[in-house]
Amino acid sequence: MTALPATAFTAARRTGTFLVRWREASVLVVALAMAVYFQTSTDGVFLTHDNLRNIAQATAPAAIVAVGIVMLLVNGEIDLSVGVVAALTPFLVHYAVDLYGVPVLPALVLAVAIAAFIGWCNGVIVTKLRVPSLVATLGSYYFLLGVLLTTSDAYPAQIPAAAAGRIQSVLGAADWASLIWCLVVVALFHVVLTRTRWGLHTISVGGNLVGATEAGIRVHRIKIGNFMIAAVLGALAGLLEAFRINSIDPNIGGGTALTFTAISAAVIGGTALAGGSGTVIGALLGALILAELQNGFNLIGVSANPFQLILGGAILLSMIANQYLSRLRRTGAP
Amino acid sequence: MSSPALQVEHVAKRFGALTALRDVTLHLDRGEVLGLIGDNGAGKSTLIKILCGYHRPDAGQLSVDGTPVVLRSVDHARSLGIDTVYQGLALVNELSVYHNMFLNRELRIGPLLDNRTMRRRAREHLADMGVTIGDVGVEVAKLSGGQRQAIAVARAVYSDARIILLDEPLAAMGAKEGTQILDLIRALKRRGDVSIIIIAHNYAQVLDVCDRVNLLQHGTVTFDRPTAEVTVEELTDLVVAEYRRGRKE
Repeated sequence: MTALPATAFTAARRTGTFLVRWREASVLVVALAMAVYFQTSTDGVFLTHDNLRNIAQATAPAAIVAVGIVMLLVNGEIDLSVGVVAALTPFLVHYAVDLYGVPVLPALVLAVAIAAFIGWCNGVIVTKLRVPSLVATLGSYYFLLGVLLTTSDAYPAQIPAAAAGRIQSVLGAADWASLIWCLVVVALFHVVLTRTRWGLHTISVGGNLVGATEAGIRVHRIKIGNFMIAAVLGALAGLLEAFRINSIDPNIGGGTALTFTAISAAVIGGTALAGGSGTVIGALLGALILAELQNGFNLIGVSANPFQLILGGAILLSMIANQYLSRLRRTGAP
Repeated sequence: MSSPALQVEHVAKRFGALTALRDVTLHLDRGEVLGLIGDNGAGKSTLIKILCGYHRPDAGQLSVDGTPVVLRSVDHARSLGIDTVYQGLALVNELSVYHNMFLNRELRIGPLLDNRTMRRRAREHLADMGVTIGDVGVEVAKLSGGQRQAIAVARAVYSDARIILLDEPLAAMGAKEGTQILDLIRALKRRGDVSIIIIAHNYAQVLDVCDRVNLLQHGTVTFDRPTAEVTVEELTDLVVAEYRRGRKE
């Protein structure tokens, strides 16, 4: 009789240790449990080919933006303007191709370069001019939104005819294109964050800014670089969305939706806002959970309104769990 | 007669209206351990930050091995063999012991970190120095104050530094842990190829491990004597006398 609870206790402890050591695991468990729940409550519709594609298409842009957000959060910064960069970039392509006659591929490169420049500006304002990133990127959010709405008259535009066909398929229109881009981005930045000097220095700057400076790490360079990464990933997500829905819509990220979804995904995935720790794979899983929730609620026929309730609860719960887990990791006791 | 490892001549530094260093002249011989003491605000930390390339002096000259140098950055000072263990230790809690040991001089294979080699070398090096850390893969956050200090010192030693600056290495540390750090410094001294400047508050410990002691007061060196010729009481009296003068003014 006594042996059983003891064994159960050890097993629970072991699972606990596993979850603590590999923190993405707990998020993965939630994502899987949610899939099982929605699969049963929708009589098997949830895991059909078509619906999985829907979920993938909802996950991909949020996850791509969330990867950039993770890099910044680990760095101890944030970017609220990244959603507008996503909305603006396809318009830049449209302007370049349709107004100035630039061929499609150079136009794409140019648009992404402009996004990188926006990230650079954010980084310089935050590091050299010492404006906290929350305020700095709030400013650039409104500024860029103004640019977007003024230049587009707040009307959607057509995908440039020259981009139709192969380029459009590769850049998001093909069924699984955006998911493949997303997985490549996640894999790449998982390696960058955990296996490269850039990642190590990003963690160091976010974990101990003074110490990193004293160790000779070029703190400003790291931060500016991560703002550029976030903006370029925003641009990529915006392009994929525009090509997928076959229209350039100023409202895609023009609201705060894409930015907030990405931050939520990063946080639910286990990235702390304090800087110094975070996970790219967690952000992907966080984005997946959010997509599952929205999609599953749709299928069940629950109105979209309670979705916000669940989202808010999920963010708070994962932050609390985060605090608890990091304390556990640090001290070995809660 | 060989030139000193480090020579500081008439160095001054102001921060706006505040004069941190008025006129500092001191030297550090090869293989010597120099204790730098002084009251809070005497300019000790500013001096260290100039010597490690973090601040630039407004006036004065630094020479390394007799060659005049202008330290452009912390990296530049490091390339000249000057390494610093800061009061804050410059350790990143979220990183492992071995990543901290190699912070900003990581070993790589192509673009990727060579974790295996860094882990092995960190383990060997810490063992060489008599520092016992169970697992170098553990996060620094989990270590005790003494272990953290030991890692910071070991890191400076590992960097092939010829001049090591220790800013309050024994602050916020228990007697037992402090002893371990002092042992580490003595082991370094026996190696003979490293010159060390220690900033300290605890005069007994300074006399214990240093060859010579300098007193910094109001941004200038007012006292310079071998530790063999000075007692704790004498040092205390000097600082107390300064304190009394300060009260009268």
